[in-house]
Amino acid sequence: MTEVADRTQRYLADFEAFARNGASGAPVWLRELREGAIARFSELGFPTMKQEAWRFTSIAPIAETRFTPAHTAHSPLPTPAEIERLCVGAGPRVVFVDGRHAPTLSTSADLAGGVQAGSLAAALRTGAGGALARAHVARDPRWRESAFAALNTAFLADGAFVHVPAGVTLDRPLEVVFLSTGRAESDGPIVSHPRSLVVVERGARAAVVETYAGLSDGMYWTNAVTEVVLGEGAWAELYRVQREGSQGLQVATTHSRQERDSYLGLHVVTLGAALARHDIITVLDGPGAELILNGLYLLRGAQHADHHTVIDHAQPHCASHEFFNGVLAERAHGVFTGRIIVRPGAQRTDSKQTNNNLLLSTEARADSQPQLEIYADDVKCTHGSTVGPIDQTQLYYLRSRGLSPEAARSILTYGFGAEILDRMRHPEVRDRLDRLVRARLA
Amino acid sequence: MSEHPLLQVKNLHASAEGREILKGVDLTVNTGEVHAIMGPNGSGKSTLAQVLAGHPAYAVTAGQVLYEGNDLLAMAPEARAREGVFLAFQYPVAIRGITNAYFLRSAVNAIRKHRGEEELGPVEFMDALEEKLKAIGWDSSYLTRPVNDGFSGGEKKRNEILQLAVLDPKLAILDETDSGLDIDALKTVAQTVDKLRRPDNATVLVTHYYRILTHIEPDVVHVLAGGKIVKSGGKELALELEEKGYDWLREEAIVA
Repeated sequence: MTEVADRTQRYLADFEAFARNGASGAPVWLRELREGAIARFSELGFPTMKQEAWRFTSIAPIAETRFTPAHTAHSPLPTPAEIERLCVGAGPRVVFVDGRHAPTLSTSADLAGGVQAGSLAAALRTGAGGALARAHVARDPRWRESAFAALNTAFLADGAFVHVPAGVTLDRPLEVVFLSTGRAESDGPIVSHPRSLVVVERGARAAVVETYAGLSDGMYWTNAVTEVVLGEGAWAELYRVQREGSQGLQVATTHSRQERDSYLGLHVVTLGAALARHDIITVLDGPGAELILNGLYLLRGAQHADHHTVIDHAQPHCASHEFFNGVLAERAHGVFTGRIIVRPGAQRTDSKQTNNNLLLSTEARADSQPQLEIYADDVKCTHGSTVGPIDQTQLYYLRSRGLSPEAARSILTYGFGAEILDRMRHPEVRDRLDRLVRARLA
Repeated sequence: MSEHPLLQVKNLHASAEGREILKGVDLTVNTGEVHAIMGPNGSGKSTLAQVLAGHPAYAVTAGQVLYEGNDLLAMAPEARAREGVFLAFQYPVAIRGITNAYFLRSAVNAIRKHRGEEELGPVEFMDALEEKLKAIGWDSSYLTRPVNDGFSGGEKKRNEILQLAVLDPKLAILDETDSGLDIDALKTVAQTVDKLRRPDNATVLVTHYYRILTHIEPDVVHVLAGGKIVKSGGKELALELEEKGYDWLREEAIVA
């Protein structure tokens, strides 16, 4: 008991220091939000595997480690070459190192059409940015159900801020990059709590890439929250690429909320970290909204990645198509939970969910759990999942056309990834991710 | 001229899941010939086709298959394909995520590499493919779709014939490619197959129905029943089967 309390106590002490120093200049609403969040974290404590939502994932490496808050650490900046290697796009970018904005490495200063892409901390200091943040940050109350989202909210200080004004089309994909040095302080490895907000206003169009990457094989923890808001008729693709270092730990939450007739393509590519947990909570909050939630996890060694998705159909006539594929090699463990909620009155909902897992070794493991909660009667909801080794019939078919067993296996494995990549609508980003996937599977 | 027949099947016995399906098949196919293998459902037609292609689910328990005088059964499925054996599947397999173009090019290049020929790049390959696509009545949109994924039954069969045309094998085995095709599709498929007939290759048509043989005239017709070839003859045998069905053969077999 004492030990468990100690684990949360450390964060309460860190919060006291944070509230006294770095956070004191914040607006009242934000200070109140943080105070409420640390109190909520204290109530919840770290989750255990006895909890349904965590039954396949142990967060012991996080709970048992004493982390140093990134805001007290001063990390050396990586070289441009290192950044180039880890970025997905060659377009404008906003870079963060150990959770701190690195303006000298960022290139998004001049964007047409009044598009803003920069740091949330800077945006909070302006009237318009502050108002947007206040309107959208922590808007979905479900952050209170997660100790990690609560902790992120308590330490909310910086992260990416992207604002695409109404009717504006962002012609190149914008990338926000969170790099971790993996450098340890004398009192422990670093934890950062990046908090990002992406607002695509009514009728605007944008593609945003969110990259998380490790600069070394050192241990660190990234505890991220990103909130995405789409106005009426907005069109956006959000690509989330996770390439944390081999000893990196990542817990993240992505919240999205869509208004009427908007389209969101939320693409998730998970390649890195020793332990990763990603909660994705999407709300279709206006009639005619469409969501494609499209994810790929390629894991090997002893990697563990848990994707926990919620698609909340709050309004009628919305469509959500969810596809997650996993390729699990060696002793890797992939977990997928797909919860679909169709609220009372959300008639004519069209929802499809699939999760296919390819096991490349007998020690690899995948757990897949669909959870459908349907409270409307005129809906179409389907789900399906598979877990298994390479299909022998497919293998034979390819061999019967002259391909060697090795070539056939490689094609079938790549097919698991390509199926997800094919749904990405931005050709430049898709091609770069395709190369990343091919390199990983080679 | 080769000194060996293209294909010689001798007293072939094969089983699946411990059940014997082929019970002594004898068959000789020479280059320049088209053979039709007909028979009732469950007679072992598809098993014969799959054993020739190397399906791992079937165990050969006795007999021999020689391909150009070599032991075909000792060859891996990919080795058979590279040496010119092609099976058009009765139930073509869908492969998600892989485009038809990529699949076809991988197959062509595997075979070209085996022959010591240079592999084709995407552009050269597309050029070589254009005419063959046209022959089966397709536009290039079928090439960017995943292999057989979401294809109708007829589209899958056409895709098999496209592969046949592209890979240009010495021995083509068509396993009920005509089943489930409408008249137009059947005609297209049959014409494509017929055009590929040459003195240096051969076709084995496994079929349940007479109608495809009105488009592709066979040299020899065999009746497979109860895991054996019970009767062989010219194309008139096919017509006889069409008129009388298969029951009379069973009676004949019992009498014999």
